This record gives sequence, C-alpha cells and structure tokens, in this order.
Amino acid sequence: MKLLYTIGMDFLVVVRDVAPVLMVVLFFQFVVLRQRLPNTKLIIIGFISTVVGLYLFLIGLDMGIFPIGEAMAEKFSHPDKWLWTIIFAFCIGYSTTMAEPALLAVAQKAEEISSGALPSFYLRNAVAVGVAIGLSLGVYRIFSGDPLWIYILAGYVVTIILTFMAPREIVPIAYDSGGVTTSTITVPLVAALGIGLASNIPGRNPLIDGFGLIAFASVFPMVSVLSYAIAIKHINRRREVK
Amino acid sequence: MKNLFYLLYKSFLDVAPLICVIFFFQLVVIGEPFPETLKLIAGLALVIFGLFLFMRGLEMGFFPLGESMAYSFASKGNIWWLMFFAAAIGYATTIAEPALIAIANKAEVITGGRLASFSIRNAVAVGVAAGIAVGTLRIVLGHPIHYYIISGYVIVMIITIFAPGEIIGLAYDLGGVTTSTVTVPLVTALGVGLAGSISGRNPMVDGFGLIAFASLTPMITVMGYGLIVL
Repeated sequence: MKLLYTIGMDFLVVVRDVAPVLMVVLFFQFVVLRQRLPNTKLIIIGFISTVVGLYLFLIGLDMGIFPIGEAMAEKFSHPDKWLWTIIFAFCIGYSTTMAEPALLAVAQKAEEISSGALPSFYLRNAVAVGVAIGLSLGVYRIFSGDPLWIYILAGYVVTIILTFMAPREIVPIAYDSGGVTTSTITVPLVAALGIGLASNIPGRNPLIDGFGLIAFASVFPMVSVLSYAIAIKHINRRREVK
Repeated sequence: MKNLFYLLYKSFLDVAPLICVIFFFQLVVIGEPFPETLKLIAGLALVIFGLFLFMRGLEMGFFPLGESMAYSFASKGNIWWLMFFAAAIGYATTIAEPALIAIANKAEVITGGRLASFSIRNAVAVGVAAGIAVGTLRIVLGHPIHYYIISGYVIVMIITIFAPGEIIGLAYDLGGVTTSTVTVPLVTALGVGLAGSISGRNPMVDGFGLIAFASLTPMITVMGYGLIVL
C-alpha cells in the first residue's frame, strides 16, 4: 500500500515537473514562433522516453536507495562518529553526483559540442569530486559551528581567481556544473544528513546550520572543474614542449 | 541491438559508484544486512533502466527541441520574445519544483510561519526567471560570462551582510535546488542552439552558463525577501 502511494506520488511529481515546461514550449511554438518543428514524431517519442525514464528513475530511488540512504544519513549524523560522518558525506557526494541525470545531460552536450575534447566521464568526475569535497567541508562546518558565509565566500574567491587562469571555453560549463549537481538524488540525502546533524548536535539550529550543505555542493564543483581544466592545460603544454 | 546493451551498460556504470557506497556502508561499516534486499535490487534496476530511457530521450526529444526553438527565435530576430520565453521557462518550472516546495514548506514550519512557503517559492521563481533572461541576453550580446557571475557574487555577498542570519543558509541552498532535471537539458540546448545560430558566437564559450545564472539570482531575490519580511 505504501509502495502504491509512493508510485502515485512520484507520478504527480513528474507531471508537476513536466507540465509547466510543456505548456510554455507549446505556447511559444504555436502562438509566437508558428514554425513547424523538424521531426515532430521523433521529438515526441524522445520527450515521452525522457519523462517515463525520469519517472522510473524516481520510483527506483524511492524503492531502493532513499530508505537506506536516509537511514544511513541518520545513523551517521552523530557527533561521536564525526570521522565516519565526513567520510560518508564524501562518498555520498561523489556517488550521487555521478548518477545525477541533469549533470549527465549537460556533460553529454559538452562532450558533443567540444567534439570529444571534454569527455563526459572526466567532466562528471571533476564535478563529483567537487561535490564530495564540498559536502565533507560542509559537514565539518556543522561540527565546528563556523559561520556559513565565510566558507562560501572563500569558495567564490577561489572560483574567481581560477576563472582568470582557466581556458575560457571551460568557464561557462564550470559555472553551470555548480547548479546542476544538486537535484534529484543528491538533495534529499544531503538534506537528511544536514538536518539530522543539526538536530543531534546541541546548540545548532536546523534552520541556520541544517540548510547550507547544498550550497557547499554548488560552490565546490566550480573550483574542481576549473582546477581540472587548468591541470589539463598545463599537462598539454608540457607535452608540446617535449 | 548491441548498441542498446552498451547504452544500458553505460547507465549501469553511472549508478555503480552509488551501489558500491551503499553496499560498503551498510555491510562493512554498519555491519548489518539490508532490511529489504528484494526491494533494493528492484529499485536499483528501475534506476538504471530509467536513466537509460532518460538519456535516450534527451538525444531524440529535448536537445533537438531546444535547439530548433533557439534557431527559430534567432531567425525571427526578436530578442524580447526570446527573453520572455526564457523567463517563462524559468518561472514556470521553478514555482512547481518539488525540491523547492519541500524546502520552502520546511522553512515555513521552522520559522513558525514568519516565512511563507508560497512567497519563498515566488521569490525563487522570479529569481530564476530574471537569471535565465539575463543569461540569454548575454549569449546574444556575446559578453564574457565571468563579469556577470562575479558581479552577481558581489551582490550576494553585500546582501548577506545585511540579511537576517536565518535566511542566509536557506537562500544559499535554494540557489542550488532550483534547476530541475527536466529544465536543465532544455535550457542547455536552448543556450547552445542560440549560440550556434548567431554568427560570431561559439557554442562552447557562449552557449553554456544559463544554469549558472539560474542558480545565482535566486539567492539575491530570497535574501531580498528575507530583508523585507524578517
């Protein structure tokens, strides 16, 4: 019964996600642009495939991964196991980001546009390492109780410095990767971890300390992707010299 | 047929790290067997198959759709319609975004109603709409992205100084959750298609970056909302 309820709720979630996009697209397509789409049939099939895929993906998460992941997040949100908590945050950050559909979409597009110069797998790894480091730092911050904005400000400053060192083709993708990392899989698990931690540590306010983990996961991928591009640039240059 | 299996295998690889982490922590660190093994395996199978369908569909549906719409807007040459379209996509997809609704409801409960869930959602949606609209304008003008984003950060930092402490973590988080899995591919294809159909623009340098705008501006609007209400 509970399973049926989740399956129904997931369906509503997908409809709520897709309906507005569909309405805006149809309005502009038929009222403003009034141009026929090429391959309409293929586009419709693709659209349906994406939506059904997302729906199955959500059901799978709700059945298999979220119950266990959230139970784990609760278990690891105790101050006396702080080292395991940080390791757990690192692993969860990396592994959920590697499977994040929105990041897959952007990475796929980037690989296509760069004609293979920026392989999707490498970009996703760079982003995932950034999320992992960001979340570990974020968990550390909840333990230490430092103000959030200092970390975020530091992340921004490093991002800005790296921006001027990195090849300019990578900059927009690096900035984008900050925003796409945290959606379907990462947010529920990370929110459970953050709010669990903030409620288990005395003197922490769930509103001030529990939120803010996702912000770490959005800032640090920018740093890691830019660093990755700078490293590749130097390696290539060294190779050319030789 | 072989290609199909390869793509399924690729989706499996995408989920493999997550499977490893869950198994390692459950079996080795916690040292307990899984409570419902069958449900776990069925769930994982659905995740992998769902991801496979999602990615197949993008190549056929969302990517060509976004690109051909971008091309139509560019050939029409009306930048106002384009920005209006971008803003409409941003607002419409954000206001109903499940992750945002969840967090906004939680924030309303925690603050005892001083922050209204619906107002938070509107503040975020307006932020996303404005962000994507400015982002498309940048693509058309061909300006370097970092000037925009750095100015955005500076504004975020200045507002952070004045904003009430309670709203800061919330505002920073909401920047991250706004862009849904359905919006990202469409918006990305729109940006890349737009940069590809305007002469002198490079899809790599100019096409990406719309998501970055969409995650930055909500922080400003949410903290602005907090300044007014709290």
